[in-house]
Amino acid sequence: MAKLEKTTSKWTYALIYTILTLFTLITIYPIIHVIGISLRPGDLLHTTSLRLIPEDASFASYRKLIHIDERVRAEVGKAWEQKGWVAAYRALGREKPFILWMVNSTIVSAMVTIVGVALACTAGYAFSRYQFVGRDAGMIALITTQMFPATMLLLPLFLMLIKLQIFDSFLGLTLAYSATALPFTIWQMKGFYDTIPYSLEEAARIDGCSQFKTFYLIILPLAAPALVITALFSFMSAWSEYLVAAVIISDRGLFTLPLGLKLFQSNFDTQWGLYAAGAVLVCIPVMTLFLILSRWLISGLTLGSVKG
Amino acid sequence: MSLAGLMQNFRENKLAYLYVVPSFLLLGFVVIYPFAYNLLISFSNMSLTHFRDWKFIGLTQYFKVFTEPVFYVLFLKTVAWTTVNLIFHVAIGVSLALLLNRPLPGRALFRTLLVLPWAMPQYISALTWRGMFNYEYGSINQIMQQILHLPPLQWLSDPFGAYAAATITNIWLGFPFMMVIALGGLQSIPKELYEAAEVDGASAWRQFWTITAPLLKPVMVPAITLGVIWTFNNFNVIWLVSEAGKPADSTHILVSFVYRQAFNYYRYGYAAALSLVIFAILLIFSIRFIKQTQGTKAVY
Repeated sequence: MAKLEKTTSKWTYALIYTILTLFTLITIYPIIHVIGISLRPGDLLHTTSLRLIPEDASFASYRKLIHIDERVRAEVGKAWEQKGWVAAYRALGREKPFILWMVNSTIVSAMVTIVGVALACTAGYAFSRYQFVGRDAGMIALITTQMFPATMLLLPLFLMLIKLQIFDSFLGLTLAYSATALPFTIWQMKGFYDTIPYSLEEAARIDGCSQFKTFYLIILPLAAPALVITALFSFMSAWSEYLVAAVIISDRGLFTLPLGLKLFQSNFDTQWGLYAAGAVLVCIPVMTLFLILSRWLISGLTLGSVKG
Repeated sequence: MSLAGLMQNFRENKLAYLYVVPSFLLLGFVVIYPFAYNLLISFSNMSLTHFRDWKFIGLTQYFKVFTEPVFYVLFLKTVAWTTVNLIFHVAIGVSLALLLNRPLPGRALFRTLLVLPWAMPQYISALTWRGMFNYEYGSINQIMQQILHLPPLQWLSDPFGAYAAATITNIWLGFPFMMVIALGGLQSIPKELYEAAEVDGASAWRQFWTITAPLLKPVMVPAITLGVIWTFNNFNVIWLVSEAGKPADSTHILVSFVYRQAFNYYRYGYAAALSLVIFAILLIFSIRFIKQTQGTKAVY
């Protein structure tokens, strides 16, 4: 290290810092810009000012998105009493669509997470521990599915879902999303099981545990960290997906966040502030998760590509 | 393996099949069956007017794909789009990695901030940049006028401007991936190599081309391949920034064009055939690439 300090002069450091700072500013500008717009008061939306944080910054846009006032509560309550909870939910969706999209996205993402974890933790285990016929072919088949572009599968999937009458439903969306994340999460789980010593299972088997019991009493608890990552990854991929949702969902009452925010954004004139506030609310959880998880996600990505 | 051996293996590993089958059923339903169905449709005349009473018409749709000039125009546009993006992704990513690959106070902060575009959901990045490219109120034109004293540009209403806008957006969201991969690769290069080069009096420039570049290559080549596939197939950015190919369907790459044909013009048979052609292009590219990397692996 001493040698490195000698060869890197003060001026070099100054230059490096200047370049890095400049580049970082350009990189984070769009993010700060969106936060700034979300804080603009209603009458400042059409401004040509370049101030990052506007004068009279206000949370008006956020309040408009998620604040449930007396009037909304009365509307929803009335629908509930007269026509039941479906009508109440629709009423809420009319008054506060953002809340509806948030709930819908949460439902779909939660379903994808449950399906994803259940399938990946079992399949990954089989690939890690059993020498069954078709094992290697199966592992390769998983990677191959990653190569099929979504735009190719969308049309036949769309036609199939219409035939099965699960088109325009959360079930159809959940199935499609679960399958997208699955190959990656199975590989990830298999990689983690590989690091758990086989002797643990042997000991349990000698003590009279059945194969299945050994799996869910001994191995599964040990794999908790990998399960958490699988769950979060499944959740994130469903939360941030636009294209599949755009094809499968057309009922306004079933809109998820990406479809909703797109709706805000296309009315540039009136709802720019709402779009920005919504985008900030959507981004906070996933970006935080991403930064925490980035190490594992990246190692998984490169693993898949190298083994291919 | 004999049939008896096969049965034996099956009996021993019953539980393994039980664990694997649900996953493959799901993948079969969402990936494999639709793929086969897509193949079927591509030989048919299915469209909005022939939705239930469709019939097989052989290779007619493929014939249409290859005889209409639009395919060749879009293919070249897609290749140009992929190439420009990848050049910038790799150049920016590797340069930043080189700058960050040293003991530097605040290094972790820079790294975290520079990764943010990757962490943002892609559709939000695209929609946000679209807003920034707005002619009157978008901040890009404001910065150009107020700070750089340049005339404003018709970003979204001009075919070239819309392409440029989508490309800038995609460069922004794609370089962090290359940076992270390159940083990982740089850290695995032994320091002794540079010390030896220093002793021999090699310049920094020479050190880069004789030590850094060749040792970084095995890490970057798979990342670049992934990048090519992702960018070639990047529907979100081009579609959302140009708002469905505006102006007048001039801002498309192959995948967004397929989507338009299928879901806006309901030309199902044609869209299926074109999507299979795209898949074949990517498949040939991937196979060639895998062979090439196995070649480099043998060298190491």
